[in-house]
Amino acid sequence: MKYIAEYRDGTLARDIADRIAAEARPGRTYSLMEFCGGHTHAISRYGLKDLLPPAINMVHGPGCPVCVLPIGRIDNAIELAMQHGAIVCTYADTMRVPASGGLSLMKAKARGADIRMVYSAADALRIAQENPERQVVFFAIGFETTTPPTALVIKGAQAAGLKNFSVFCNHVLTPAAITHILESPEVRELGLVPLDGFIGPAHVSTIIGSQPYEYFAEEYAKPVVIAGFEPLDVMQAILMLVRQLNEGRAEVENEFTRAVTPEGNAKAKTLVADVFELRKTFEWRGLGEVPYSALKIKAAYADYDAEARFGIRYQSVPDNKACECGAILRGVKKPTDCKVFGTVCTPENPLGSCMVSSEGACAAHYTYGRFKDVPVKAA
Amino acid sequence: MSTIKRDYVRPVDFKHGRIDMTHGSGGRAMAQLIEELFARAFDNEFLAQGNDGALLPPPGGRLVMATDSHVITPLFFAGGDIGSLAVHGTINDVAVSGARPLYLSAGFILEEGFPLADLKRIVESMAAAARAAGVPIVTGDTKVVEKGKGDGVFITTTGVGVVPEGLRLSGANARPGDAILLSGTIGDHGVAIMSQRENLSFETTIQSDSAALHTLTAAMLEAVPTIRCLRDPTRGGLATTLNEIARQSGVGMMLREADIPVRPEVDAACEFLGLDPLYVANEGKLVAICPPESAAALLAVMRAHPLGTAAALIGSVHADEHHFVQMETAFGGRRVVDWLTGEQLPRIC
Repeated sequence: MKYIAEYRDGTLARDIADRIAAEARPGRTYSLMEFCGGHTHAISRYGLKDLLPPAINMVHGPGCPVCVLPIGRIDNAIELAMQHGAIVCTYADTMRVPASGGLSLMKAKARGADIRMVYSAADALRIAQENPERQVVFFAIGFETTTPPTALVIKGAQAAGLKNFSVFCNHVLTPAAITHILESPEVRELGLVPLDGFIGPAHVSTIIGSQPYEYFAEEYAKPVVIAGFEPLDVMQAILMLVRQLNEGRAEVENEFTRAVTPEGNAKAKTLVADVFELRKTFEWRGLGEVPYSALKIKAAYADYDAEARFGIRYQSVPDNKACECGAILRGVKKPTDCKVFGTVCTPENPLGSCMVSSEGACAAHYTYGRFKDVPVKAA
Repeated sequence: MSTIKRDYVRPVDFKHGRIDMTHGSGGRAMAQLIEELFARAFDNEFLAQGNDGALLPPPGGRLVMATDSHVITPLFFAGGDIGSLAVHGTINDVAVSGARPLYLSAGFILEEGFPLADLKRIVESMAAAARAAGVPIVTGDTKVVEKGKGDGVFITTTGVGVVPEGLRLSGANARPGDAILLSGTIGDHGVAIMSQRENLSFETTIQSDSAALHTLTAAMLEAVPTIRCLRDPTRGGLATTLNEIARQSGVGMMLREADIPVRPEVDAACEFLGLDPLYVANEGKLVAICPPESAAALLAVMRAHPLGTAAALIGSVHADEHHFVQMETAFGGRRVVDWLTGEQLPRIC
């Protein structure tokens, strides 16, 4: 495939792997967090760990939009469909996230809730136009990447004077989550999570640019390399991080120059700033309440805010006690540290959100990498 | 001379007419639809018997019987329609059992309001597919459900075929060391369908690979009678089919990603949608497992057949008590190729 196969070239990958192995200092480990689920997925799907020397320790981060969505928010979405009779439009990945009472959006759908999978926010707007007699709610989730399209449909609904369309906003912010991890006792005091550097988000950075990461590099003295989601991008970013750490540098470097600029996408940022404002606090699954880490719809667009229209009340719901998603999302534990991983909790019957999306650390390891946990005999 | 006038029967309006409840009531309207549409299109000596069941000659061997229900949106797609698919799907299930398909049956569930013009197109396409395959539709049934209780048309086809003496193909036959062969590119059908779904409007030139595979299987079995297992990787794609065989046989598998043929257009569409071609449906492909020493001969036979020109040796069977299907990625790493989880859903980020 044009311009895709080039980023998945096995020969080139081995060259980079050889360089990483040659430059990694003997006797030290390099603990690198890939923030994004997209990177987690690429690492597992292409078997990157098989190419990396043992000195490189990859720590999965919380950057999986579905994984960080707390149970209470899914409950709210189900309530919109079941109690308020609204058509709830959602991105596919959220369909299977477990909610309270053994429900999920998919199970609620089987019980008669009108829940529709859409590929883009614009599809939700179209459904509202086609069903003028029904209330249509777009269940907006995701990091900075999916936020501008949501802003666009809210403005579109206003321009079209739609009375039956609203957005249930759950957009969250990457920099706030990274700060939260770096400030967590596990990293700062207890040293439970060794973190030497970050592979910075790919798609998120196309919107916000590379500048927002300067703060971490400086304040916490951790190097950040922004990388694309292709396997070669990840390999190259690891090499760049190893070099920074060897040279004692902590800078923001951009491996993903084909898409990311220092300033990001000015048009998208203006659009988002026009429609959304910061929430004082927002609950993340795994991270708990994180200050100024999410967006809400501004008062000027309150007519399109489902929370206001339907009087939605958020109620925090604790995770299943056996589920380690919280610790896994903070990088404290690995999927295999969880007792229910691969037993009670599988992609068919996920207990926690990390087992749902293919970007979740548990699902990625279960789906692509669990042969590593057992010795496999050759023929 | 009788004074009773002969009935005037208004011909079925195949241009503007629609299915109504009378077409399934067992009365004249139903008889007329069967006569003017189904009997005329499928026309063969067994159907012409006009009885409740078709009386067939002794088949002369062990029988294979397979059934498949077809529900698909859209009904018409690039490379076929629900009619041709219903014929190919069942013929393929019979063929990969090692049998020569002999007869088909067809059951239709029609939704009130379904345009007769569309029904005619579907039935004629079925008739053409059955004729091209040389497998007659010898019996059938039609029911009508109220509007809103169906999705236009559902078709269930059942096929019977006869298996040569001594042949015993089974998903439980794979042994460590065996070769895994694939008859061509994967994902064509699923991507062709998805690209035509109304809420997914991107244009591709990808055609469904829907085809009857029985001549291919016949050629393969004639040349290499030691084939252990044949399977057509439909729903759930290649990954699911191989996991089924691995579990049934109690073995593991190792695939080579670089050797699995995927059209660049299909690869691009999957990339765009966040899908994996390994899990996308096929309707004209098969997987064969054979002893290693027969692999080269089998591959040559497959490639010599028009439905197997892109056939490839994609991996091998090995002992593994966990029954993992694994893959050496083109990138150089290793991964599990797991069962499909739920429905294949696109990723967000």
